[in-house]
This record gives sequence, C-alpha cells and structure tokens, in this order.
Amino acid sequence: MKAWHFSENAYPYLPPAEEYESIRVNLPNHHYDPAKGAALYDRFLDEWCIAEDEGLDIMLNEHHQTATCVDPAAPIVLGALARLTKKARLLILGNPVANRRQPVRIAEEMALLDILSKGRLECGFVRGVPFEVLPANSNPVRMNERQWEAMDLIVKAWTRHDGPFSHEGRFFHHRNVNIWPRPWQQPHPPVWVSSTSPGGARRVGEHGYVQATFLTGYQNTGAVFDSYRAGWRAAGRGNDVPINRLAYAALVYTADNESDARAGAEKLLWYMTGNKVPAHYRNPPGYLPPAVQAKMLRSTAADPLGGNRGGPLTVEKVIETGLMFAGTPDQVYAQFRKFYEHVGGFGHLLIMGQAGFLEHDETVRGIRSFARHVYPRLQQEFGDLTISGNGR
Amino acid sequence: MSGAANNPDSRRVAIADVELDVIERGQGAPLLYLHGGAGIAGDHAFIDLLAQHRRVIAPSHPGFGTSSLPDWLDTVEDIAHIHLALLDRLGVATVDLVGMSLGGWIAADMASKNPERFPRVALIGPIGVKTGPSDKLDIPDIFAMPEAAVEKLRFHDPEKQKADINQMTDEQLIVMTRNNETLALLTWEPFMHDPKLKHRLHRVTAPVLLLRGVSDGIVSADYLARYARLFPNVSIKTIAEAGHAAQIEQPQATAKAILEFLQ
Repeated sequence: MKAWHFSENAYPYLPPAEEYESIRVNLPNHHYDPAKGAALYDRFLDEWCIAEDEGLDIMLNEHHQTATCVDPAAPIVLGALARLTKKARLLILGNPVANRRQPVRIAEEMALLDILSKGRLECGFVRGVPFEVLPANSNPVRMNERQWEAMDLIVKAWTRHDGPFSHEGRFFHHRNVNIWPRPWQQPHPPVWVSSTSPGGARRVGEHGYVQATFLTGYQNTGAVFDSYRAGWRAAGRGNDVPINRLAYAALVYTADNESDARAGAEKLLWYMTGNKVPAHYRNPPGYLPPAVQAKMLRSTAADPLGGNRGGPLTVEKVIETGLMFAGTPDQVYAQFRKFYEHVGGFGHLLIMGQAGFLEHDETVRGIRSFARHVYPRLQQEFGDLTISGNGR
Repeated sequence: MSGAANNPDSRRVAIADVELDVIERGQGAPLLYLHGGAGIAGDHAFIDLLAQHRRVIAPSHPGFGTSSLPDWLDTVEDIAHIHLALLDRLGVATVDLVGMSLGGWIAADMASKNPERFPRVALIGPIGVKTGPSDKLDIPDIFAMPEAAVEKLRFHDPEKQKADINQMTDEQLIVMTRNNETLALLTWEPFMHDPKLKHRLHRVTAPVLLLRGVSDGIVSADYLARYARLFPNVSIKTIAEAGHAAQIEQPQATAKAILEFLQ
C-alpha cells in the first residue's frame, strides 16, 4: 500500500460565491493576488516536503483557468519538487493529453523530470475534466481517441533509442521523433491513467497501467475496478490483478481527537462545496455519449431539483458515500478498510489532504497523524502484491 | 435507430462509407436543401412549402439525424464532398442550392468547388467565414453559454419555440444531443468558419441570395453584409419576426423569398 499526499494548490481568497458565475473558466484573474499566490506556493511545496519526511509519496495535478487548482503547468512544479525532495515517488496525475497539441513535447517533459528526480517519476495521463476544454480550446468530441493515440506515441518516444522514427496518425504527426534526454527508468516510468467510467478502465487494464479513479465512492468505484480487472484478464495478463495497479482518490483528514478531525474535515469539504460551475461548462457537447447526455436531459427535465434533493453536503454524507475518510486514526482506518473491501481492494490511496482554508498547521497535522498512526497499519495489512478483487 | 421512424419519406443512401438519410419530397426542378446545426427535425413545414413547387432533396448531414459519421470525417469540407457525391448518385447534374446556417456554410463550400452545378444559391443565416478582427468572435460562442441564452439568439420569440423534452421520444432526444455533438466536432476550431472559404467564394458567380431573420443573434446584419462582399453577384433580404432559425419561425415568408428568388 502506498499513500500519496495530493494538493490541488487552490487559491481560496475569493469574493462570496454569489458574486461570480463560476469558479472555473471565466472567473477574472484580477481576483488573483500574485503575492498571496506566491506565498501559497511556498506553503504547498513545504507541505509536500513534510509529507516526504513522513514517508508519504507525492502527487500533483493540473487544471486551467480555475481558482480550485492554480497549477496550469504541473511539470514545472514537479521540476521544483524533483530538486526539493530526495526519496518520494513523484506522481503527476496527470498530463491532460487530450488537450495538448504535442505529445512528443510531453514525452520530453516527463523524461526530463525522470532524469531530474533520478528515476522517481510516476507519469499519469488524464483525458481532462469537462471544464478544461474551453481553456484549452480543445474539441470535446473524440477526446478518448486523441488521448490514446497520444499516450501510445509518448510511450514509443520513451522506448525507442535508435534515432528518429515517424508517426503519422489520426490526430498527431511527427516525422522525426528522437527525444533527448530519454527517461531514467527502464523501459519507461510507470504509467497511470485516470478514468471514472467502466469503459475507460477496461482499456487501462488491457494495457496494465495503473488505474486511478477520483471520488467515485461506494456507488461507482467497484464497477470501475471490475472493468479494469476484466480488461487485464482479457489481455492475457493472468487472472490475478495486484492491488498496486489500482488507485483511489478521496478526501482524507486524520487527527488525534474527534473535534480536531471534524474541524479539518469540514474545511476539506471546500473541495466539493467550492466547485461552483454552471451546466454549460460541466457538460460540453460530445464529452459524454449522446445516449448518456439524453438520459441526463430527461432526468433534469423530469426533476429539475433532483441534484439538490439530498440537501447540502455534510461531512457525514461524504464519509457515508465513500468520498472522504476522516476522524481519529482508528476511525480513518475502519472507514478505509470498509471501503477497501467493498470495492475489492486497491494499492494506492491518493490523499486529497489540503483544500480551501485548511491552514498550514492543520494540513501538516493531518499529514502527520495519518502517516504515523494509520499508514503503518495499511502498509502492514495490504502488501503491494496483494491480489485485488479475489473472487470477483 | 431508424431514420424512417422520424421521416416517413426518407431513405438511406450510401456514399463511400457514409450512410445518409435523404428526404425527397415534391415534383419539379430539383432543389438541394441543407439543414443547420440543430438538424432537420424542425424544418419539415419549411421543406413542405418548398416541395409544393420543387423536387426537394434534403439529406441529413453525416453525424446528424440518423446519418452515420465515419471516424475520419471532421470538417464541413468533408461533408461538401459527400453531398456532391450524393448529387452524382441521384443523377442530378444541376440543382438550386438552399442552405441554413451550418448548411449555408456547406452550400457555400460546395458552390465554390463546383460553381457550374448550382444556377442559384440561397443561404439563410449562413456561417463559415471569418471577416472580423482576431480579437472579436464573428459568431457568439454558443458552447460557452447557457442553453437559454443560445435559444434567445436562435429565435425571435424563444418562449414560443421552447422544446419540451418531456414530449420528445428517447430517439429524438438522442438525435438532438448527437446533432449538437457533431456541430461541435465540425465548428469548434477554427470557430464556426473555414479560414480558406472566403478566398474561394469568388468562384461562385451565380446569383446568391442571403437571408437573415431580423432578430438573428448568431449571424449579425454586419456579419452578413461582410459575407455578401465575398460573392460577385449577391443580394440580401431580411425576414421579419424571425431569429436565426427563420425557416422554423417564419417558414412561409422564408420559403416565399426563396421561391421568388429561384424563379
């Protein structure tokens, strides 16, 4: 079992949410104070270093035109971390390959990071959430096809060492691919792919890459992992899928006592409550298949308030649905274990451990409490090569 | 999905690896009608009016209605080639051309390729060219606004034209979302235009009529005037009490203007 400290590097100093339409895409950047932003970066980098000191590994991601994640060029921040850290694995999850025009450039950036970190890179690829297509001016139709062509080309660029090769594909054209440097790790850095749908996970399983899913909870995570295992087996990788092929991202906050844990968990909820985004950014044409889109339109028309029927999000509710593990070390352990068994097991916990107004000392307390009092039990109990989904 | 379920008089025509749904209605000299980005479903009243005087051929474009969409196809120009081949298949040597919005773009592209084939060309709220400055969109970004705002641009009286999802079959709802997906595929970048088209329209020497609903929020009067300058032989006409989809809001007046022009 590996645990990864993940921070989206949010910029929380915003006007009241009623005063803006969306926290993503069109929120004017005059709300961003460069001095405050720089101080936040100092802090977030420190927190990643503290996570490393505590034995956790490090994860970061990339979003664009949003206050929820002010990291529009994750490879740059990872470059800083490669020099600030010494032993932690460095996971970028990930490169928004469907939204970038030059896959070979991504191959170069990742190879460079692998060299700078002396082989500590874990390289994730994502399709990108719907809100990313406008900032990237990226066509929301056929993103999966672009993603897979780009990923295959990147892996090829990492693993060919005998001079230029050419690629004339459906979406990308390169006549002279011959990257310098090549990666430190051989044959290439571990590849991760995020997918929250069963169809996507199956393909990841066929390739044997690490499958990560974010905040899919009790309801949807099992199906994603089942599909991964089906793809893995169909591709002839054997019957047994080790848990180190599967990752789950949740909000996690641990503290010595219940009241501190509760206070931290409340602040972490910002991740979800702060994500104010109108429907037309959430659901661009082509992002979801027409039949799925049609179903959503039908249910919205039948029940316009359906999405809000459950009332406001609470810590209890997100713990109950498997989006958050929070409490004392014993409570977090028990919540984790219950979820782990429900979904069939996974070997990477991606800890969304900072959000919004969770201050530095609170964030560090959460990291330390988890690393010292929960993590050792998980590592002991769930070895990396434990078989996932036994009997499923 | 069956096209026949939506349009009793449609049939399937295979052009290369595309299966097109094609409506043929009426008698007389042929007229090719090319629908806009919302698909053909709302255009039947308008097509019927044209078909009282002409043999109307009205395909659903690849990816619209129940016409298929091959993996390789992603531009308006690709569709222009398919529809030129459709005319070959139907044995239609020359034909008057009527296109609405996206269909107007396809029509303009077809006419620029085979100008001798189209004696007269009528375009309703056509898109497809970029003539304004680089720091201002010629066409509003319909992919970055709420649905209700788009409807305001499309219609003079959006309340009256409001689609009731509860009255639609699953099949119709899927067609609607698929149309929107194909529209995005074709028009996302460059946005709503082909940078080359404006340099090719000088070939279209046939008489061209440009029509526009007076309340069209997608194609502005200024945009249409600049579009008109690209054709050697052109006139402009405005349809009263209509928005972008003039053929839906004012089918009589729109059909009348076109039929008069084609006479």
